[in-house]
Amino acid sequence: MSKNIYPTEKLKCWDKAKELREKYYRDYATAHEKGGLRWAGGATASDAIPAGLGDDVYPLTGEPYGASVAVDQKFATRCHEAVEEKGYARDLCSYMRNYWGSILLNEYAFGGPFPKPDFLWQTHICCSHGKWYQEAARLEGGMPYYCIDWSPGFYYKWDDTIGQYQPAPQGHRIQYLVDQMQEGITWLQKATGRPYDDEKLIQAAYNTFETTSLWAQICTLNKAVPAPLDEKSMYSLYVFAALQKSKKEFVEFYRELKDEVEDRVKRGIAALPNEKARIMTDIQPPWGFLSIFRYLETFGCVSIGSFYSFTLMGLWQIEKDGTLNGKETPQSKGIEIVDREQALRLLADWLLSSLMATLFYTHQVKSDMMIKIAKQWRCDGAILHYNRGCEGLTLGVAENRMALADAGIPVTSYEGNMGDEREFDLANTKDRIDSFMESMGLK
Amino acid sequence: MISCGIDMGGGSIKVLILNDGKVVGKSMVETELDRLASGKKALDIALQNANMNKSDLDYIVATGAGRKIIDFADKESTTVACDARGIISLYPDVKTVIDIGADEARSIKCDDSGKVVDFALNEKCAAGSGAFVEAMARAMQLSLDEFASFSLQSTKSIPINAQCAIFAESEVVSLVHEETDRADICKAVHDAIAARIASMARRIRIEEKVALIGGVAKNKGFLDSLKRELKVEFIVPADPDFIGALGAALLAG
Repeated sequence: MSKNIYPTEKLKCWDKAKELREKYYRDYATAHEKGGLRWAGGATASDAIPAGLGDDVYPLTGEPYGASVAVDQKFATRCHEAVEEKGYARDLCSYMRNYWGSILLNEYAFGGPFPKPDFLWQTHICCSHGKWYQEAARLEGGMPYYCIDWSPGFYYKWDDTIGQYQPAPQGHRIQYLVDQMQEGITWLQKATGRPYDDEKLIQAAYNTFETTSLWAQICTLNKAVPAPLDEKSMYSLYVFAALQKSKKEFVEFYRELKDEVEDRVKRGIAALPNEKARIMTDIQPPWGFLSIFRYLETFGCVSIGSFYSFTLMGLWQIEKDGTLNGKETPQSKGIEIVDREQALRLLADWLLSSLMATLFYTHQVKSDMMIKIAKQWRCDGAILHYNRGCEGLTLGVAENRMALADAGIPVTSYEGNMGDEREFDLANTKDRIDSFMESMGLK
Repeated sequence: MISCGIDMGGGSIKVLILNDGKVVGKSMVETELDRLASGKKALDIALQNANMNKSDLDYIVATGAGRKIIDFADKESTTVACDARGIISLYPDVKTVIDIGADEARSIKCDDSGKVVDFALNEKCAAGSGAFVEAMARAMQLSLDEFASFSLQSTKSIPINAQCAIFAESEVVSLVHEETDRADICKAVHDAIAARIASMARRIRIEEKVALIGGVAKNKGFLDSLKRELKVEFIVPADPDFIGALGAALLAG
């Protein structure tokens, strides 16, 4: 371990983050005891829309749940074995297999039997999302399921005049989503027998804009040297926007977190007191082996974040000079939402502008963003993950590697799986890290 | 200064002793389950070869996949760094090194001083490593030398499509059952491995001159396939499997 050169301290809001996360999973499990409803769906499923059914409607988003299962390697393996025993293929999305495995074993990663949702609400954003909950509905013995096709096309275009990708929303694409959302609200009322409150939808939309912009602003603070946050800790913090980005408590938590991180930057508080080098990663890590980040730290190397941790739930704007900043929210631009149609239109446009979603259309935006992150966050290198558990986000990693190398950014890669520990070789990965650190002069 | 490099490879352990930069002893033994004992055995043989005792050694550097097991080494360094250092000491104008060992293959780009600029390693699949050639030679009931010679006699190209060593082996068995000429099967195996190695090497954008090292570099049949695949001429050092150990011994200096 190299020598400490910066002061460090634990995040003051760390314990609160843990409590909030535990409460989220507990609230879902105990929803019926309070007369509430449970729904399950993906982290991109626009939770602001079911929020119009009432404050006692609790979601369980599948990707963070799948990652939580993966952290418990033994449980994850039992989930995968249960799924494979039923005849599903081993190379399917590993989050999806962790979720299905929990249904089949009837075990909830947070204790007790797996809580059966009252309805399923999903957006089909990658090749697995729609099928994930279609099959979950069948495994649960049949239940109401609504899915929005969230793949209307690429949102950005390359602007030659400034040499940057810029938003290029197209009216008919936004309308395609808004129409499905409108139908979805009718469906929600029918499926639950509850009335729909547009005021709650509007507030949830405001919250969605704010959580996702705030997370990007928090990531921006990590440009500071020393970095106030390390990526392993960021995984425990970005997750709130993936759990329920429309939740008031999570907006408030992000405001508090942003204030604290700003204060850390001001006082020069480091996440890693021996920070000598900074790297970034790219997509989901192998959740059962986050110890690789601690291994990096023994070399004095901090991971300041990734395309994934920055953009999965962070919404960004690319300034004309290429600077990345948290996206300006409609409310900060003085837009007042007056009705359902406007709320849905703004939500559709906002969520479509996610840089992470561009991965399903091209690898070039990710390469461009990673080069920007490397430069603006002052990274000395990048580590890429050939993630066998997620085809969608792994597509293009080889091209990203080439683009980074061509930009003069040292890069290495490893093979693994975000949710299936059987496909990750810790010794081999550490050996690659050794080689990379040595080539960066950190050994 | 008397320095020693120990390369703890997956298939074999190579030890090389330098006295003021001149090779005075070396050894290669098979890696057994007790890797530390194998390492000690290899060192003893190299010391005998050099007419020296262990106490004569000023510095020992271990490298290779099992380097951390060598508890008597003064320092350990990665295979990537040692390969680069070793090859540049022999061929200062080499820019790219391709190293194919028993269980791992790697391509390395280095600068004039032997500093690693970029590198890529094969993924977990064994189909791009020396162990795969050995398994295929066994399946064909040939020695490695015979396997290479047969390969050079073939003029046909038969694709082996499987990306996985296990499935590739079953394709080879199918070819045997179809009474395919033995020489053509041997060449097909080398072509398949060469395609995988080339794909890995291209990740770092190959720049000439290119050196091929590791045990597989001695296989002329494979060398022929890789030349055709990458369309480059290779520098193959006299002792291609000792380059990592040489680099380790030089790092001691």
